[in-house]
Amino acid sequence: MKFGVVVFPGSNCDEDMVYVLRDIMKQETIKLWHKNTDLEGCTHIILPGGFSYGDYLRSGAIARFSPIMNSVIPHAENGGFVFGVCNGFQILCESGLLPGALLHNASRKFICKNVYVKVDNMNTALTNSVPQKALKIPIAHGEGRYFADSETMAALKKNNQIIFKYCNEQGDVTAEANPNGTADNIAGICNAGKNVFGMMPHPERAADELLSNTDGKFLFESILKSALVHA
Amino acid sequence: MAAIKYSEQLADVEAAKNLGLLPEEFDRIKEILGRTPNFTEVSIFSVMWSEHCSYKNSITWLKTLPKDGPHMLAKAGEENAGLVDIGDGLGCCFKIESHNHPSALEPYQGAATGVGGINRDIFTMGARPIAQLNSLRFGDINSQKTQWLLKGVVKGIGDYGNAFGIPTVGGEVFFDDCYNVNPLVNAMSVGIVKEGETVSATSYGVGNPVFIVGSSTGKDGIAGAAFASKDLTEDSAKDLPSVQVGDPFQEKLLLEATLEVIKTGAVIGMQDMGAAGITCSTSEMSAKGEHGMNIWLHKVPTRQEGMHPFEILLSESQERMLVVVEKGKEALVQAVFDKWDLNCAQIGEVTAGDRLKYYMNDELVADVPADVLVLGGGAPVYTRDYKEPAYYAESKKFNINTIIEPNDLKPVMQFLAKLPNLASKRWIYNQYDSMVGGINMSTNKPSDAAIVNVKGTKKALAMTVDCNARYVNADPETGCAIAVSEAARNIVCSGGIPSAVTNCLNFGNPYNPEVYWQFVGSIKGMSSTCLKFKTPVTGGNVSFYNQSSYEGPVFPTPTIGMIGILEDKSLQTTLDFKTEGDVIYMIGESKNDISSSEYLYSFHKTKNTPAPFFDLETEFNIQAAVISIIKNKLITSAHDVSDGGLFMNLLESAMVNNLGFEISSDSAIRKDAFLFGEAQSRVIVSVSANATSALETELKKQNVTFTKLGVVKGTNIVIDGTNYGSVSDYKQSFDTSIEGYLN
Repeated sequence: MKFGVVVFPGSNCDEDMVYVLRDIMKQETIKLWHKNTDLEGCTHIILPGGFSYGDYLRSGAIARFSPIMNSVIPHAENGGFVFGVCNGFQILCESGLLPGALLHNASRKFICKNVYVKVDNMNTALTNSVPQKALKIPIAHGEGRYFADSETMAALKKNNQIIFKYCNEQGDVTAEANPNGTADNIAGICNAGKNVFGMMPHPERAADELLSNTDGKFLFESILKSALVHA
Repeated sequence: MAAIKYSEQLADVEAAKNLGLLPEEFDRIKEILGRTPNFTEVSIFSVMWSEHCSYKNSITWLKTLPKDGPHMLAKAGEENAGLVDIGDGLGCCFKIESHNHPSALEPYQGAATGVGGINRDIFTMGARPIAQLNSLRFGDINSQKTQWLLKGVVKGIGDYGNAFGIPTVGGEVFFDDCYNVNPLVNAMSVGIVKEGETVSATSYGVGNPVFIVGSSTGKDGIAGAAFASKDLTEDSAKDLPSVQVGDPFQEKLLLEATLEVIKTGAVIGMQDMGAAGITCSTSEMSAKGEHGMNIWLHKVPTRQEGMHPFEILLSESQERMLVVVEKGKEALVQAVFDKWDLNCAQIGEVTAGDRLKYYMNDELVADVPADVLVLGGGAPVYTRDYKEPAYYAESKKFNINTIIEPNDLKPVMQFLAKLPNLASKRWIYNQYDSMVGGINMSTNKPSDAAIVNVKGTKKALAMTVDCNARYVNADPETGCAIAVSEAARNIVCSGGIPSAVTNCLNFGNPYNPEVYWQFVGSIKGMSSTCLKFKTPVTGGNVSFYNQSSYEGPVFPTPTIGMIGILEDKSLQTTLDFKTEGDVIYMIGESKNDISSSEYLYSFHKTKNTPAPFFDLETEFNIQAAVISIIKNKLITSAHDVSDGGLFMNLLESAMVNNLGFEISSDSAIRKDAFLFGEAQSRVIVSVSANATSALETELKKQNVTFTKLGVVKGTNIVIDGTNYGSVSDYKQSFDTSIEGYLN
């Protein structure tokens, strides 16, 4: 198992992700520069948060054309693990590895705060070790309102591809707990093959005991467990 | 080719005056050069001798501020920002700066480029910014103009800081009519650098190449420094080209490339381009390194064709740096900027002597000595007259007995909880990324100052920005002493030891003797207090001319940015009540004082009153006592009494975990003064019931006054047996008040 965190120009959560994987989860982790095409033997590819290429166009719209994506896309299509957080999720949608799109928040404002999410599908490489409770994980985005046409939404539900929904502290999925107007309270999804994941909340910001919240660590533990099972 | 050569376009005193120079300053330029300057040269002098760059009306007094502290690595004025030794081989580099005038005209870009500029000041020294704060002042929140300014400023700070990727961890927002025309936007950045990896803003070594890196140079922000050095008027909108345009993506690339290029060992010196652009960076670096420079302006990458020499020299286009490189190592530098897809163009070379020679193609368009341009060199220094304004003596006549105490205080409490100055600022701070970087230890543990993890060490940093400008207006010396004390108190209540100060001195027109009296008083108050707390002033900036020609000056607002050190992360102390049954103490003394309180000012609308009670010795002792009880792990929360008085203090501690309290007031003083007065030097702590005797023993040992106020209990606010309602009801109006004005 080897993690590769892709660094696009404008990525700004790359260091945080590397810190959690390397220093907290004790995993072999390297950075992958966007201009390269070699995944350097990484089994797990992470697209971190940030503002790739400034995101002056639609978020992620330019990053999908980075040379590294020419290797990330085949890796995903061959069943390899790919996980995008925030801007990473946006890039995965833009590149077609995940369905749907992420629109401007309903408030038209950037939102950074702790929110609660609940796992909708426990049976994935990202969620197998997550307890049945509302997880406190922060969001920080301007474009996080998930949208897909009704056919896609139906397929997502049918295939159990919706993996995180925004909820309140008690774990109830309510309209009030929806921070950005996202469809069906969706906070994160995966592809039909269940090897490509995207979510708007930042689990890497909730994995260090010094920050007094480690709810995000369950996701990383799930990844490790799943990798062991499949090794 | 221009019809008349640039070097032959001679300037006269009228041209100089139009650029903001005084007639006697024009005479001095002639004397220095031994000839009549051309237009380009006068442009150079006009920006370098502007208030903004030269500090000509403030430097005499700034020099009286304490600069020395036990931990200083770079003192005020030596570098772009102050540098404090925090141990473990690390330095902390931090500074606050204003961007008031640009924000008044174009709030979004004005605020955004303020954030960009202050961060460049930090990473140009080789430090990686780790946290940002800001201090904002606006006019009446009911006015559409204020709402437009506020929304633009907040979006500008957010869009720039969020994309740049450094968390905004703290700040303050204050509303008063005096800021209706001229809002204040002060941005602070804090960075960390390894000992020995700092870079100086210097230039030496004859023949060494000079590079400009980062964004291309455009016509934005031309003469922004001169614009910031005059009053705002109705004509100020015509100065719109003086406002710069920011690109946080370029700034992020420039940050990474800059820190990477330092590691090559090829860099002799580096300075970011802020006010006065290429002019300022070339002259300041040359003056510091005691060398000259030849600069070829036609080699500067520009955004458009046909820019004149003075435009290239004065442009304040953002996200640029000047780098002097060791000859022979150009390729190392070029490779780094190529990697990050940034411009990197050699535009000159270091020369012997002290002349700055600017060329456009083959023509020498300006030839000036570096040293005479800069602060500490030949830039003018003025001592201004000052005079006590009439309002000061008038305010001293205030007598609390003229204010009738309301029979029922519950409406006052409800009024204060939703007053914009006291209510939650979440509508604002939720638009800032406060968590990127994974080091904000306050996200889930609120305290008076923001606590930021210093990874790889046992330590954490505490940081805060503070200034109650209403107090400073009431009494500049005492008010500024309170600003420093409150900053220190916030750090102490969070578990830190105050370390050093950066200041942002926002005042009106310095040629107004009453404004200058406010300035001088503030400096005196800051000096004595910083000396007492051993917190040297490491740098900052002065922003004069914060007034409109028709509404007068803003409140004198000397914003204090302070950092402190937690020797051990476990010392982090939070402000929220933890458990029912915990006992609440006040350390310090209640006073029969409501002067300059939010209660008096906003509820009773009585405006001209003295600063609240303050005694420096008492303040120092109270803080020493709090440091001691935190070190001895005796308390479960600490929160200082500030704006809104004891009532707001208790409410803030109660709301976090929805825990109520029952307290008794002091029969010796008025109940409104007890609850809403803002007398200084008071800290409220809560303590487990079984630890009260240990706490009292320690406080007696520390020889400070303290009172047992009551207990954490239930979910209501109960004072002297009267129930004033539920904490959650107050929280609802506290949380939603500001968004009610803005959504």
